[in-house]
Order: sequence, then C-alpha cells, then structure tokens
Amino acid sequence: MSEALPMRTVKRIPKFLRRADPAILTAFGCIVALIIVGSVYSPSFLSTDYLLQQLKVASFLGVIATGMMLVILLGQIDLSVPWVVAGGAMMACAATAYGPVAAALAIPFGIFCGTAFGTLNGFGVAYLRIPSMIVTLATNAVAQGLMVVYTGGFAPRDSATNAMRYLATGALVPGVPNAVVVWALVGAGMVFMLTKTRFGRAVYGIGNRERAAYLSGVNTRRVVLIAFAISGGLSALGGVLLAGYASKAAQAMGDAYLLPAIAAVVLGGTSILGGKGSYLGTVAGVILITLLQSILSVIQMPEAGRQIIYGVVIISMLLLYGRTPSKG
Amino acid sequence: MTEWRYWLAEQRGTLIALGIFIFMFAIYITNHPAGLTPNVAQTASNKATLLALVAMAQALVVITAGIDLSIGSIFVLTNCLASWLVQGTPAETAFGIVLVLSVGLLCGTVNGLIVLFGRLQPIVATIGTGAVYFGIALMLRPLPGGSVNETLADAMTGKLLGVVPTSLVFLLAIVLLIWVPFSRSVAGRAAYAAGSSEQSAYMSGVPIRRGKLAAYALSGLLAGTGGLFLTFFTYSGEASTASASTYTLFSIAAVVLGGVSLYGGKGSIIGAIFGAFAFRTIGDLMFVFDLDALWQPLFQGVILLAAISFGSIGLLRVRNRLEWFR
Repeated sequence: MSEALPMRTVKRIPKFLRRADPAILTAFGCIVALIIVGSVYSPSFLSTDYLLQQLKVASFLGVIATGMMLVILLGQIDLSVPWVVAGGAMMACAATAYGPVAAALAIPFGIFCGTAFGTLNGFGVAYLRIPSMIVTLATNAVAQGLMVVYTGGFAPRDSATNAMRYLATGALVPGVPNAVVVWALVGAGMVFMLTKTRFGRAVYGIGNRERAAYLSGVNTRRVVLIAFAISGGLSALGGVLLAGYASKAAQAMGDAYLLPAIAAVVLGGTSILGGKGSYLGTVAGVILITLLQSILSVIQMPEAGRQIIYGVVIISMLLLYGRTPSKG
Repeated sequence: MTEWRYWLAEQRGTLIALGIFIFMFAIYITNHPAGLTPNVAQTASNKATLLALVAMAQALVVITAGIDLSIGSIFVLTNCLASWLVQGTPAETAFGIVLVLSVGLLCGTVNGLIVLFGRLQPIVATIGTGAVYFGIALMLRPLPGGSVNETLADAMTGKLLGVVPTSLVFLLAIVLLIWVPFSRSVAGRAAYAAGSSEQSAYMSGVPIRRGKLAAYALSGLLAGTGGLFLTFFTYSGEASTASASTYTLFSIAAVVLGGVSLYGGKGSIIGAIFGAFAFRTIGDLMFVFDLDALWQPLFQGVILLAAISFGSIGLLRVRNRLEWFR
C-alpha cells in the first residue's frame, strides 16, 4: 500500500511532461520568463509583430544550429561556421555576376560551396581521423583565405539577388515570414532524419560509441562525412538567408554565429559529448538565445553588459542541468 | 640503451615541432634581404612571443584533456587592464603588473573551478566565461586607448646587450620559473595523468583535482602574461573581438603544431612554444617571397591543413581497423 502512493503521484503528471527532458522544460521555462520580464518593461513584447520578428531573426541562427546539432550529436564540433556562413553568402552573391542563369542558381550554388567545405571537414574527421576541432579550424582558415583573396582580387558583386531577399524577408503566406518557413522545413527534415531513418539511428549510435556502431555494421565513416557535409550546407544556407536579410554579403558576417550556435544546441539539452539530445531542445535553445539578445538590446544594455549577462546565463543554465555525472 | 628511447618517444612531438620551426625559419632567413641580424631576430621574436605565451596557456589546459576557448578573452582583458595600471613610478608599475597577473590567475582559477566543481564540459564552460571576461574588458576600454610605462615596454621588447631579443629571454625565464617546477611537481604529474586516463588516475589515488586546478590557474596566469606583453608591444589597450577570437584559434593551432595531443596527456609547453614560432614564421614567409599580403590567410590555412593531415600518416601503420575509433 505504501508503495502505491508515489506511483499515483507520478501518474498525475501528464505523460508528455514525464517523458520530457528537464533541460528542454527549463529552456522553455526561461523563454516564458524572458517574455514576461520583457512585457513588464514594454507591453509591445507580447505583440504578435514583435514575436514574429524575433522568430524571423531566430531562424538564421536556427538553420545554422541545426547543422551544428547534427555534428555535436556525433560527439564532434564544427568550428568552421564563421567563414562557411560568409563563404556561402558571398559565393551566392558572386553568382549574380555571371548572367541571369547563374543568378537563378545563386542559392543552390552558395549551399553547394558550403557543402564542399563541410565535405572537406568530414573527410578529415572520418577518414584522416583528425580531431574535428582542428580540422574544422583549418577549413575555416582556408575558407577565410579564399574569401579574402576573392574579395581583394577584384571588386566583387556583393549584393543579394531578389530571390535571396524574398527568401529572407518576404512572406509567401501573409503574416508568416519566409525565413521562418525555411527554418521549419529544415527542422522538419532534421527531425524526420534523426528519428525515422537509419542514418539518424547511426548518428546517435556513433555519438555514444563509434566502435560499437562500427562493429554493428554501420559504415561510420560515411555517416560522419555526410553529417559534416550537411552541417556545411546548412551553415551556407544560413549565410544565404543572412545575405538576403541584409541585402548584401560581408566578410565578418558569420563571426557572430559560431558561439551562439554551440550555446543554443547545448542549452537545448544536447550533450556536448554526443549521442544524446532532441531537436525540440535546439529549437528552445535558439529561441532562448535570440530573445535574450533582443531583450538586452531593447533595454539598451551596453555591449559590455550584454556579453557579461550572456556568459552568466549560459553558465548558470548549464550548471542547472548540463552537468556530467559525478564519479565515484 | 633504452633510456634515451623512452625520452625520444616522450619528446617526439616537441622535436618534430622544433624541426618544422627550424626548417621554416631557415627558409625565412635565407630569403630575407637583411639575413639574420639582431633587428630581424628582435622583430620576429617579439611577434612570436605573444603567440607563444597564449599557446603555452592553451597547452597547459589541453594536457589535462580540456580546451580553453576563453584564452583570447583573458588575453584581451589583461591587455585592457594593463593599459590602465602599468604606468607611473617604478613602484606603481610593479604594483600594476602584480595586479594584472593576479587577474589572469583569477580568470584561470574561475575556469578551473567551474569545470571541476560545476562538472561542465571545458569547451562550453569556457565559451561562457570567455563572454564574461570579454564583457569586462569592454567595460574597461570601450574605445582603444590607454598607455604603459614606456621605459619598461621598450626594455621588454628590445635587445639584451644589443644582441639577444629580451622577449626570448623572458620566454626562457617563464619556462624555467613556471613550467619546470610545475611539470616536476605532484600537481603537474597529476595533470598529465588526468589527461591520459582520468579513471585510472582516480583509481590510483592521484590528486586529479589539484592537478587540473593548478593547470587552469597557471594557464590564466600565462594568458595574463601574454596580455601584459601585448600592452608592451602596442603601448595601449583594446577590447577587440577580432584579436580575442584570433588568438584563441591560433593558440589551438600552435598547440597542435607543437605536438600536444588534443586527447590529453601528451606533449609539453615547450612544444607549444615551437608550434607558435613555426605558425608565426609561416605568416612571415609570405613577406620574404614578396607575395601579395592578400594571400596570407589562405597560405596560412593551407599550410595548417597540410600539417595536420601529415599527422594522420600514422593511420597507415594501424593493423586493426578498430584502432581508428577511440
């Protein structure tokens, strides 16, 4: 009889809450708290316009963080985000210089360039067995070098095509920005891939223990290669969207996305060691970081204070739930 | 007979880094219009010392199988602080230096405490602390500026007896004063053991926590020394995002070139110094070959990529494919 009591209490909690990851719940809790804090400061925080605008800004980070999450699930990291983002954007803009056909293919071309850099990363990690932190760092340097040579050699075409602008700022369905739709599609594809396909299973398996996955007959090296290629492609897509939003590509445009992308994935409960995490958490992490940045700029916090609060929030949230189990 | 073989195996990474550096530097000097004059050596060693200090800081943490992404921020923070404090009378200057170095030490200790007692992964914990340190740096110097005791600055970046660059002597002093005692102490051995296999070290009763905390704290101190040296070099303080992230990334690159394994437990701070020297020389090679400065980042990137790919030649020797996967 005495044992039945805790069982009953447990059953009173709805099923979806019992199964939910505490990290995701905390992240969503913090999002609600941020919106409430913001609305105390200014009632416009609760308006649909403001929230949709935030969602639009979040979608750039969201697309990039999606690729980052895939790589982190493998237990690796992708530090080449800054210049792959910039490279994707610049190459897409560059295509406009070569006639109308090339301009029409600008977006796929930008993504293709990102995928190429991602494949280089994947080859180094999977086949040459170089730690991902180093090989992605080197790829970043190579991408930067190529872009510097490209922009310095001759005056580049750096303005975005109409299609890019439409993709980032237009609204096919009235009221819903296209960028959000792009993020939703990317996210849906990612969720399907992670939960329904062999590839997704393999990603989690490799993240837990690559040896075990290899012995179970998974071609682990190919999976790692593809994951890095996807991450590069998504970074470039993020860059294309950003270029469309700002209507031009710039050299340092990707710098502000590396650390937030990692932070968003990790705040969403994905283990930095790999093998554990869900896409819902990444969505929560992306929205959380975007809202935090927006609120800090709305209350006109100077850049110094913003950095400090940003760092303190990341560390204190991780201390709440991101801890590795203790030993002994 | 076997004694020296063990030593050779232990120092292999460091020796390879030394070899790469000597090779690159030889190319650099033979193509330099002035040859190896004291002035050329002084300029080269000043630039290399900055990176070497940051790389040494990174190496200490990497040896414990960690990584410190806040190195660049500590570097910038101490630079901004030094541009306020290190000036005036000799006594004031000395007090300022002590304060700047203590702040570096404190930043490193905070990183270590969060990683050890907060049980966070070093990579994410230092992303967070790095943002905080950079914010403080921005608060100290919203705009570039400040000044430094110029007599001291010139002495530190000049030449001893008109021949030897002071910065090289300074590096040697740091190695003798910090690295040699640390690597021979219990804490230093514990840092290596924790990086090599934390579980085995724990089971053998090695004081892992003391070793790791000492490594993080000393790493902060060295990054702080780097920031101080940057102030001597530029006579001012600047909180720039670019230099924080560049130095963090370059420190990792230098550590890898210097033969310190990112998996921990292997390599030494001395290797990191040669790694940093080699990395800087790659950048300088561009100038002696009279290539357009625009090509420098690409050249640096390609050489880095080639150097790390070269390291995977060991894969060919693997007999059992399972050894590919750790």
